[in-house]
Amino acid sequence: MFEIFQNYGSQLWSGFGYTLLSSLYALIGSLVIGTLFALFEISPIKPPRVIGKIYVEIFRNIPLLVIAMIFYIVVPQYFAKIDGFTAGTIGLTIYTSAFIAETVRAGIESVDVGQMEAARSNGMTYIQAMRFIILPQAIKIVVPPLGNQFINLVKNSSVLAFLAGFDLMYQGNIIASTTFKTTDTYFAVGLLYLIITLPMSYLMRYLEKKWSTEGDEA
Amino acid sequence: MRLKKKNWLLIPMLLVLGLTVLAGCGQKSVASEDVLARDKANKTVVWGVKSDTRLFGLMDIKTNQIQGFDIDIAKELSHRIYGKDVKIDLVPVTSNTRLPLLKNGNVDALIATMTITPERQKQVDFSDVYFDAGQAILVKKGSPIKSVKDLKAGTKVIGVQGSNSVDNVKKAAPDTRVLQLADYAQAFTALKSGQGDALTTDNGILYGMSSDDPNYVVVGGTFTNEPYGIAVNKGQKPFLKAINKNLKAMRQDGTYHKIEQKWFGKIQGFHQGR
Repeated sequence: MFEIFQNYGSQLWSGFGYTLLSSLYALIGSLVIGTLFALFEISPIKPPRVIGKIYVEIFRNIPLLVIAMIFYIVVPQYFAKIDGFTAGTIGLTIYTSAFIAETVRAGIESVDVGQMEAARSNGMTYIQAMRFIILPQAIKIVVPPLGNQFINLVKNSSVLAFLAGFDLMYQGNIIASTTFKTTDTYFAVGLLYLIITLPMSYLMRYLEKKWSTEGDEA
Repeated sequence: MRLKKKNWLLIPMLLVLGLTVLAGCGQKSVASEDVLARDKANKTVVWGVKSDTRLFGLMDIKTNQIQGFDIDIAKELSHRIYGKDVKIDLVPVTSNTRLPLLKNGNVDALIATMTITPERQKQVDFSDVYFDAGQAILVKKGSPIKSVKDLKAGTKVIGVQGSNSVDNVKKAAPDTRVLQLADYAQAFTALKSGQGDALTTDNGILYGMSSDDPNYVVVGGTFTNEPYGIAVNKGQKPFLKAINKNLKAMRQDGTYHKIEQKWFGKIQGFHQGR
């Protein structure tokens, strides 16, 4: 395995960089889009609720590879010239955002209805109540499942390998098929993924612990 | 042709192969008989051919017959060597199975998109070149890229993972960026959706793609030299001589050209050799 790092270190680390970058974009993007669609889903008005439901059900139930392939193959033909990295990252963002929407929705719905009613009867608008009362409580509830989603996201970024997205898995595939040192290569690749996912795992555990001991201050 | 195969059939095949070898133990090796004399007596000749390669040897599912350039050459040669009434057996082989099948005597000769290489020449004898294959590039019709030399910095070329065609194109066009995809179908789809400026692999495969979608053409000829030859077992000099003699005759009387035109005539950019 050290031999792989010695001979192909630069390829592996460049792949690591692309994986990290793609994960970071997708993480931010999917968190924003996911939360937005979660709010749509629980909206008191019907049209956004329907849109939210359709979005989540479509993208949650299609394999990530299919979504990514559509962005790689179909979108460049009719809409915009995007390369493998962009197509993969967009696919990853959309796919993950559907799961995040569901997670956040469940979190919001688990906050007692009385909280919303109390906020509204104190003169807050629906949006204000959401922003200041419900979401801060919901965030604490959703941190552990959200952490799972983010770790899955990093691992799922390996979909870029199928789109020539220059990520870690792509480089791994190439090194494995040129050196035939398949075992060593994929061990090295696995190790590099752990470098990203393990700290995330520990951070999530830390946040979970910290916020559960602080108690309910809302 | 370097088609990457993840063939789960390989294990049972190897098993059968092993048994065949065991069964053959103690008998006079089939491969050491004079194939030419035996086939003349039996009025049967057995060719190992590809059955999965467009234009060269492809199984037609409707008729259950293998058809292609290699097949027509094999048939023509058989008729010329053994006469019109010879029985021609076509045995499908893959890149992995063809050499053992030949060495065991299961087939008399291989005409299966096989590149003549020095390593292979240690194992078997090759006829004269019957097809000048080599690596080429496929581009969209009207593309500014006319040959591998036009693949300058800023261009992207699509290849397939695990084939040495990627290394070859990096040597021929060092400034281009290579995108490696999982298989030929994906690579061609990526080219169609504009992910790369060109696709590179053996010209035989590229001609197949071009015949599938004539909006894509092979340009600039080949930039590597990979001549296809007919392989026979070592020690089959009379058979090899007969093949070479008739191959030459076919080229001279225009039969070869006719077969070539039949399979490649409609393909734009078709061009053998450098």
